Amino acid sequence: MGPMLRWALAFAAVLGLAAWFLTAPGRITAAELSQFEPDVEHGERIFLAAGCASCHTAPEGTQRGNGTDGPGGTGPVLAGGQRFVSDFGTFLAPNISSDETHGIGAWSDAALVTAIMEGTSPDGAHYYPVFPYAAYGLAERGDIVDLVAYMRTLPASDVPSQPHEVSFPFTLRRGIGLWKLAFRQTDWAVPGPLSEPAERGRYLAEALGHCAECHTPRNSAGGLRFSEWLAGAPVPDGPGRVPGITPALLDWSQADIAYYLETGLTPDYDSAGGHMVAVIDKLSQLPQEDRDALASYLVELPGR
Amino acid sequence: MTHTIPLRLALGLALPFAVLAGIATAESHADKAGMAAMKARQAHMSLYAYNLGQLGGMAKEQMPYDAQAAGAAASNLAALARLDQQGYWPEGTAHGEMEGSDALPEIWTSMEDFDAKSEALVQAADTLEAQAGTDLAGLQSAMGDVGKACGACHKLYRKSDD
Repeated sequence: MGPMLRWALAFAAVLGLAAWFLTAPGRITAAELSQFEPDVEHGERIFLAAGCASCHTAPEGTQRGNGTDGPGGTGPVLAGGQRFVSDFGTFLAPNISSDETHGIGAWSDAALVTAIMEGTSPDGAHYYPVFPYAAYGLAERGDIVDLVAYMRTLPASDVPSQPHEVSFPFTLRRGIGLWKLAFRQTDWAVPGPLSEPAERGRYLAEALGHCAECHTPRNSAGGLRFSEWLAGAPVPDGPGRVPGITPALLDWSQADIAYYLETGLTPDYDSAGGHMVAVIDKLSQLPQEDRDALASYLVELPGR
Repeated sequence: MTHTIPLRLALGLALPFAVLAGIATAESHADKAGMAAMKARQAHMSLYAYNLGQLGGMAKEQMPYDAQAAGAAASNLAALARLDQQGYWPEGTAHGEMEGSDALPEIWTSMEDFDAKSEALVQAADTLEAQAGTDLAGLQSAMGDVGKACGACHKLYRKSDD
């Protein structure tokens, strides 16, 4: 073996090792959560703002799919099964109900917080970024601890999770580690300065509400184009577009935006459609100050 | 009888054209009927929007609350929701089939659910009618369910904005 070849092999080995470590799934430990006292009631507010039920309830038209409340009004049944079409395959939302076998009932708090904020499963695999953990990773850990405590109070469903319909090479989960390195949002997309309500709005929009997942266009690898933040994007599974919502693209007043988030009615008294209807169903249950905060954030966005 | 063959030939040639012309006329009749249905349902939506606008302006407190005007607009809305709309949805008028249509094809494969969602609007509009003329708080609280009823249908059955 020539010295050049030996060097090349050593170099490749170092690169491979570095890549392996860099793509390692992140984890949050129980010790890191010990300082937080779970608050179930506040957890419901986080749950609504984060829109978990918009994707994790059963598809509309199925047995449990059309309500937000389970039997007896005990909260939504997070049975999963909704399909999310993408250029990389079709993802099926899993059962995240409190069922111990088919849902998350048997998971530890640390495992759940790790899943939500790091996108890592209990057995150490990366989740596909269809799960908006990049956004949730920007949230306050204490809020996610509250969210987890609330989720445990929701009804159980024994409907098994369905496998994603994804083909090679996207079946190689370790590759998602590279995707996370390259495209995962690690800080606010809108650095500010913002007014105090708009800062709260930024937290609700960028961390919990993950508005950008639909309203921001993506690059060919599925990463968000941060330079076109909230500028609108194609509807992934049908005709039409998700509208741009920056001030340059949406000339609604702050009051009009807040009223839309409450009732779904636009300033022209048309109504929301598509997936936004599910989003408004949750936002309408938040305190008025949260909808006002979201509206502040949107009107203070840099114009594009 | 020397002209028999040319006559037959002429008839033979004319017949397919006549049949084609008949089909074309029938098609354009269907087109016109479909276009009229699409325009009617879009006009119906404009009437909803106009009356909702009166109510919404007051609910948002951009216009002073006027019990009489609110009651009238809410009655219009309830009457509009009750109109029989079965003739609005002929086949061939979905988005992709007819220029200008935002109606998704799922309407025609889920007519039962579609009808149930129209019925939900009737319910919400009735509640609004009962409350809108009472006081501002009554109007404001009933608007949410009307908006939800609009959205429930638009969620599944209308194409998203371009």
